[in-house]
Amino acid sequence: MTDLSFTYYPGCSQSGSASEYGDSTEVVCAALGIELAELPDWNCCGASSAHMTNDLLSVALPGRDLAAARRIGRDVLVVCAACYSRMRIAQSRMLEDEKLARRVERAVGENPRFEGRVRHLLDVLVNDIGLPSIRERVALSLEGLKAVPYYGCLLVRPPEVCFCDSVENPTDLDRFLEALGVQVRPWSFKTDCCGGSLSLSRPDVTEKLVNKIFTRAEEAGAECIVAACPMCVANLEMRQKPSTFAFELPHRLPVLYFTELLALAMGLPGVDEWLKSHIIDPLPLMRRANLIRA
Amino acid sequence: MISNVSRQLETALEERTGQKVRHCYQCKKCSAGCPVAFAMDVLPHEVMKLVQYGQSERLLGCSTVWLCASCETCSTRCPNDIDIAGVMDGLRVMSLEAGSASERRIGVFHRSFLNGIKLLGRTNETVLIGQYKALSGRPFDDLGLGLVMFLKGKIKLVPRFVRNRRAVRKIFEETSRGRSA
Repeated sequence: MTDLSFTYYPGCSQSGSASEYGDSTEVVCAALGIELAELPDWNCCGASSAHMTNDLLSVALPGRDLAAARRIGRDVLVVCAACYSRMRIAQSRMLEDEKLARRVERAVGENPRFEGRVRHLLDVLVNDIGLPSIRERVALSLEGLKAVPYYGCLLVRPPEVCFCDSVENPTDLDRFLEALGVQVRPWSFKTDCCGGSLSLSRPDVTEKLVNKIFTRAEEAGAECIVAACPMCVANLEMRQKPSTFAFELPHRLPVLYFTELLALAMGLPGVDEWLKSHIIDPLPLMRRANLIRA
Repeated sequence: MISNVSRQLETALEERTGQKVRHCYQCKKCSAGCPVAFAMDVLPHEVMKLVQYGQSERLLGCSTVWLCASCETCSTRCPNDIDIAGVMDGLRVMSLEAGSASERRIGVFHRSFLNGIKLLGRTNETVLIGQYKALSGRPFDDLGLGLVMFLKGKIKLVPRFVRNRRAVRKIFEETSRGRSA
């Protein structure tokens, strides 16, 4: 039996604009017997801003978290694709480069060489729990739902630190959604960038990337986009048409977290509230597909 | 002729990022697959060439190194195993050090993001956006979106923070001359 107890690194977004991702993660993990113990006094991984402007800082910030994880000794579970990427890159660089590890050790005051595994929840669901077990837990098949899986960048690249089965055409999320009964539509934009790091500073650039993803998803016949990254979801939901006073949504395709759909399929509580917190309202779609009553 | 080309930039970048830009043979896959190429003033394969030619001035003032979204598509596809996004990271930091950074607002965003972590140890979107608005001088951007976010409960006014903020500050101090091989 695989050990399913983890040190949980929630990441900042999951108690901020992506609280539905954090909450649904905790609910599905509890239901599947995945034990999560929050990493004590964790700090932000530094995300894009650290690695884009200060290389050492981008290793040292996750370095402090990895040092705390090392003390505890369990594998680390992450749900944000950006946190996952920063943690994995910092970990592998420190284990390969002793000089760098020593500099980080000086900055964090503790041994940061964590030798356990840093996992993304999707990886654990697909590869540890396994899709046959997930299929057995489905109480409400999501067969009325046509979706495209959206991996974005950091779940798949760089492939040396990521878990997905292919860097150009990953199928982990595809297969996971199929296990829930979802009609997964094939499309060519599952790993295209949404421009998250330019979301505030160059919304004109981000807008073009975001709209391309929606247009292509619609052309593929999808009724919703399913993602595993809070940056992608925030960006897709909020950056279709940046402006000063108005807020418009040219594309109405809901963007959902894979954890929300898992909870829905398993009949777990809380789903209605999470769905209501989305900027692009998914309730009409869910009603149409006979997946919620209200 | 070619022996007159300065290798200084290429060597400095290799020291910083470990990347051997001289291995680039201009297949142009990086530019062909770059999702942000439409907005760049110098295409990624041209950046590689300009590094080989030692053209610091053009590179450290170009918008490309700031517009690169670090999606890593180029790094993944490079047949010569050059981490092109890593090269962009290196050039971006060099442009900050040289005081020639373009795309001011992108730099302001990163500074606002890191200031928030320095202060709280965690990122709070309200603190980040407030700071970015103040420092970028664009307080009226996205007011409509802000209202929608507020109504959806997406704006958390009470920030969560790290208890041991001294440890976080120490990380910032120790890495302030942040570069590593």
